[in-house]
Amino acid sequence: MAHLPPESLEKPAGGGRTRRQDREQKPFQPNKLFWVLLAAPGMIWLLILFVVPFYAVLAIGEGKLDRQTESPVAVFNPFTWSSANLSNVLHDVFGSGAFVGLIAWRTIWYVVVASLLSLVIAYPAAYFVARFSGRRKGIFLVLLIAPFWISYMMRMLAWIDLLQTNGYINKVLSFVGLGSPDWLGGHSYTVILGLVYGYIPYLILVLYAGLDRIDPALIEAGRDLGLGRARTFIRVTLPLSRQPILTGMLITVLPMLGDYFTNQLLSGARDTSMIGNLIEGQLSQPSAGQGAILSLLVLIVLLVPMMYYVVQTNRASRAAS
Amino acid sequence: MSTTAVSETVSTTGIGTGSSKPRLFRNPWRHPWFLEGFTWLYLIWSLAPIALAVLFSFNKGKSQATYQGLTWRWYWGDKVNSIWHNPQLHSAIFETLKLSAWTTLIAVPIGVAFALGINRWRGFLPSSFNFIMILSFVVPELIFGVAMFFVFTKMPGLRTIGLGNWAEVLGLVTWNVSWPAIIVQARLVTIGKQYEEASADLGCTQFQTMRRVMMPLLTPAIFASAILVFSGVIDDFVIVDLLSSNASNTPMSVIIYSTQHGGNGGPALNALATVMLLMSFVVAGLGYLGYRFMTRGQRVAEQALIAITGTE
Repeated sequence: MAHLPPESLEKPAGGGRTRRQDREQKPFQPNKLFWVLLAAPGMIWLLILFVVPFYAVLAIGEGKLDRQTESPVAVFNPFTWSSANLSNVLHDVFGSGAFVGLIAWRTIWYVVVASLLSLVIAYPAAYFVARFSGRRKGIFLVLLIAPFWISYMMRMLAWIDLLQTNGYINKVLSFVGLGSPDWLGGHSYTVILGLVYGYIPYLILVLYAGLDRIDPALIEAGRDLGLGRARTFIRVTLPLSRQPILTGMLITVLPMLGDYFTNQLLSGARDTSMIGNLIEGQLSQPSAGQGAILSLLVLIVLLVPMMYYVVQTNRASRAAS
Repeated sequence: MSTTAVSETVSTTGIGTGSSKPRLFRNPWRHPWFLEGFTWLYLIWSLAPIALAVLFSFNKGKSQATYQGLTWRWYWGDKVNSIWHNPQLHSAIFETLKLSAWTTLIAVPIGVAFALGINRWRGFLPSSFNFIMILSFVVPELIFGVAMFFVFTKMPGLRTIGLGNWAEVLGLVTWNVSWPAIIVQARLVTIGKQYEEASADLGCTQFQTMRRVMMPLLTPAIFASAILVFSGVIDDFVIVDLLSSNASNTPMSVIIYSTQHGGNGGPALNALATVMLLMSFVVAGLGYLGYRFMTRGQRVAEQALIAITGTE
């Protein structure tokens, strides 16, 4: 590197080369051990408490059942694994009695509808705050971010209060003559409403951050070149917001797929249960092994979108550097 | 600013074109009233239910659905089921605070050191661990919680820890360690290597560089990640739900869920949720003020708001 210390500039043609000058010739080369020592605690932690646990799940899933205590036993040697749980689960997913398959389809259906609804609601709001809020941006941002700091359970509780049969929603509805539906009686639409309300704050923040980064000059250029409002949006803004949309969808879809509490609180009925309920419900049962296999299957299905997220994150940080 | 200047010129030229659109729509830079209205509707939809839930925590009667007048009954007035008198409710508050504090104290140093080490130590091993760390950030919490549950109930060695406080802290640290790791790495990328090289040129050892140059530069990022971890634990539900074993180690979110789901809801739960809300807002407020203080002169208010949500 060209960073010469001042003293070497003062006496450029000195006699013997000092050790100091020798070191300056080489590019900046810090001691690697220092970085290894810094990273080590985190690496060991992740190894023991993130990597190994998934092997433990596999060992439970492929393990056997202790007939006396009615509880699953982990088998850590892959050569003695039994595939009883796996075949049971596969039978439940694809076989004739396929109740798991039904729940899986319902989960996908809920998550797709809820995440698309979230996008349709979140995008215009984020777009407005990022582009048009002007001097009021601060106040809009505070209001937009507030739900991010409000606990999920508090937000569900708020809707339980509103949706009671004698709650305020029904008071308004019966006032305008629309009757008083039993919202919390086990309906898909209530669960989807809960999912949208629960996860939209995360989506809206990602969208806002992405839309705020779009250079207004690009949009103005589109307008100057004769595009109308709608066509500027379709040809300029929308392509530029593809990345935030994808990231935002991932950040809402992944936790939605592991959700088991929203539908428990807002419906509690069997016919609104999702894949998360199936996994969580088996944990303390003799069939915990099947729950383990099921959670691994979900993980495998989600591996592709998760990898996509990881690759995108890496690419973004490399592009910035 | 510049858009208003542009809008004047465009609107004056636009009038003469004889467009068939109504006058309001002829100005291409008009204020988007429809979008603004939509945004306000969204904000009302997202915040009014919370305001009502807080109101019900002061309800005179036992109803969570009809307002019957104001009282402190559910905070301390009621002899049986107020936060003050129901041991389960107030121990949940302390449990949440305890878990948040321990998790922050452990996860932030580990995550920051991990970020520094991984970012500078190039090779297959560090990049695969970085991959694992980001994976831990996106894996659905239930899948991770199930793995933790099996580790602390079935895995030889770690099984002796059992469910309860220790399991909750270990699980929460693993789940939250990615916040400081990701935020500090992002900050390292924007800082670049010049400062480190300059300090090495001036004769600092690596440790001195770390302490005197990098740490001050990273302080806002570390602070923001600590705020996120602390409030993330207050909010956390899945991990603590799966890893708690009895009433003494059950935090607020689980109490709210299990009591409401068990059909024993009531304004006392709203009161507990309001306490939780206040805690989060105090943390967020302190985080915002602290972050603004640390980055004074460098960043505007809006950036600080976004920074403490970790979305930047």
